[in-house]
Amino acid sequence: MNNKDLLKLIEITVSFEGFLALNKLNLNLKKGELRAVIGPNGAGKTTFLDVITGKVKPTKGDVIFKGKSLIGRREHKIARLGVGRKFQSPRIFENLTVKENLEISVTTPKSPLNLINKSIKDEQLNEIERLMKIVNLSQKVYSKAGSLSHGQKQWLEIAMLVGQKPDLMLVDEPVAGLTDEETDLTADLLKSLSGENTVVVIDHDMEFIRRLDSNVSVLNQGTVLCEGTMETIQKDKKVIDVYLGRPED
Amino acid sequence: MSLSKIKFDKKIVLSFWIILIALIIAAPTLLPVFRLNLLGRYLSLSIVALGVDLIWGFTGLLSLGQGIFFALGGYCAAMYLQITSSSEFPNNIPEFFALYGVEKLPFFWEPFRSPVFAFFAIWIIPALVAGLIGFLVFRNRIKGVYFSILTQASLLVFFNFFNGQQKLINGTNGLKTDVTQLFGQMVGSESMQRIFFWITAILVIAAWFFAKWVVKGRFGNILIGIRDDEPRVRFTGYNPVIFKTIIFSIAGGLAGISGALYTVQSGIVSPQFMTVPFSIEMVIWVAVGGRGTLLGAILGAVFINYAKSLVSEALPASWMFIQGGLFILVVTALPEGVLGWIQGDGPRNFLQKFGLKRKIETYPSLEVNNKEGNNE
Repeated sequence: MNNKDLLKLIEITVSFEGFLALNKLNLNLKKGELRAVIGPNGAGKTTFLDVITGKVKPTKGDVIFKGKSLIGRREHKIARLGVGRKFQSPRIFENLTVKENLEISVTTPKSPLNLINKSIKDEQLNEIERLMKIVNLSQKVYSKAGSLSHGQKQWLEIAMLVGQKPDLMLVDEPVAGLTDEETDLTADLLKSLSGENTVVVIDHDMEFIRRLDSNVSVLNQGTVLCEGTMETIQKDKKVIDVYLGRPED
Repeated sequence: MSLSKIKFDKKIVLSFWIILIALIIAAPTLLPVFRLNLLGRYLSLSIVALGVDLIWGFTGLLSLGQGIFFALGGYCAAMYLQITSSSEFPNNIPEFFALYGVEKLPFFWEPFRSPVFAFFAIWIIPALVAGLIGFLVFRNRIKGVYFSILTQASLLVFFNFFNGQQKLINGTNGLKTDVTQLFGQMVGSESMQRIFFWITAILVIAAWFFAKWVVKGRFGNILIGIRDDEPRVRFTGYNPVIFKTIIFSIAGGLAGISGALYTVQSGIVSPQFMTVPFSIEMVIWVAVGGRGTLLGAILGAVFINYAKSLVSEALPASWMFIQGGLFILVVTALPEGVLGWIQGDGPRNFLQKFGLKRKIETYPSLEVNNKEGNNE
């Protein structure tokens, strides 16, 4: 047992009516690590996030986060323990303004009484301003989030994720539909977040993963096929067969 | 400038309130008692509509069972009035008990001897029942159309139960309030009805401000978040079950107040308050007035009901067609309701169709704020 491990997935198996979405998956994450997870379609990448955040209950196995098991805890409790998640397509509150979206994420404690009684704390307002500067949305404070461009929505959701101050950030396809320039900026942003935070990034985009310059886990058929730096996995025979064998662009 | 961009300055707001208050004070002298009483009843219905707007317009919970809480409030008020006016009847209990040979007051009537208890029961009992039903339903993550069906089923359970309890609450006949006494006056008398009208008008305004306070700020934003994307709210660390239970409970309490005011002004409470069509009508008022606007709920409840009584007087039997048509019109042409249409881009789009307004070529916000703003 390594005390530095923030997250341990032990022999996780998820079965959807006989179909094994995850099959005895083992994965360890150190505190402050940036980890990329790749894999072909249907490899179980999103299910893997669903298990950690409590959306899907594994058939077998255990998830240990900060020494505590996450199995059986409800989603909002897991979020309060310090697991934040960004969804594949931007999931923001389109009918609220940029500022209101961020308020929802930075507010603590997240109880109804606190929300209805008290106004937002000054330090939280400062945090919102800082976040808006990081993701270049300072000009859009009072715009409805629904009126933002796709890239801005992705960034707003990343800002909401950071505003939650999670110990573990799970980021699902953050660059889907972004321009090359935006992709580069997102990679830099995620890199700057690691160290202080532990970040897991799931993506298909090999250029983007390479730019992250992190350890990579390759998933295939619900299990970890191979782990290592980008160079190592690119030379791995099994990985080439299932994933990288396709022409790269 | 479109209507939505008009900045109401303080003078306009102040004069609006002065006119409104003057109308409320003058209404009893301007309107014949019959019309005044109708207006008072429709105003009390607008309070239950406010609750429907909170849970449906803001939180996305379409309840077809608000009649339960409405009737509970009505029964609490009627039980108090009946029991305090029962001194001259046999056994000192309300008159109807004699019909069924009941000599001893059922235990749950006892606390209603106290005016203080009755005052709180009118809104706390419906709120607690709503909270309990809500908690059980929300905890099991029952959503959308299943939630609507479940609330309607609960409504039928309550309806059938109340209908069958002759010996407890006079069953299908209900409890009459117009011949009871309150503060030494007959509840059905003209002077009392005038007072009830004023109380109702004040409570509608109070309920409106309360609802506005609930939805403003971060609490209201979470409600909108739950409506638009509940899992996202959950993954951000909020427990939607608690928020939904609270708002459903608030809507239940508002329905109770509404039911009590409606009962004393119509003179009777009966299981008819818990029929399926009536609870659906509540939803229609809000849909027509404008979901998520609060003011739209009030206006919808008052205007539709007033129209209903005027149309029914002139052309009996035609109202159901008009109401159905109204609902179809709103669903197809004005999904945001009348007030939502006015507040949105509705009027500008309408004028454009007839060439009365220049078409906008970029984003509405840019055009209205910059180009048009400079021209005018």
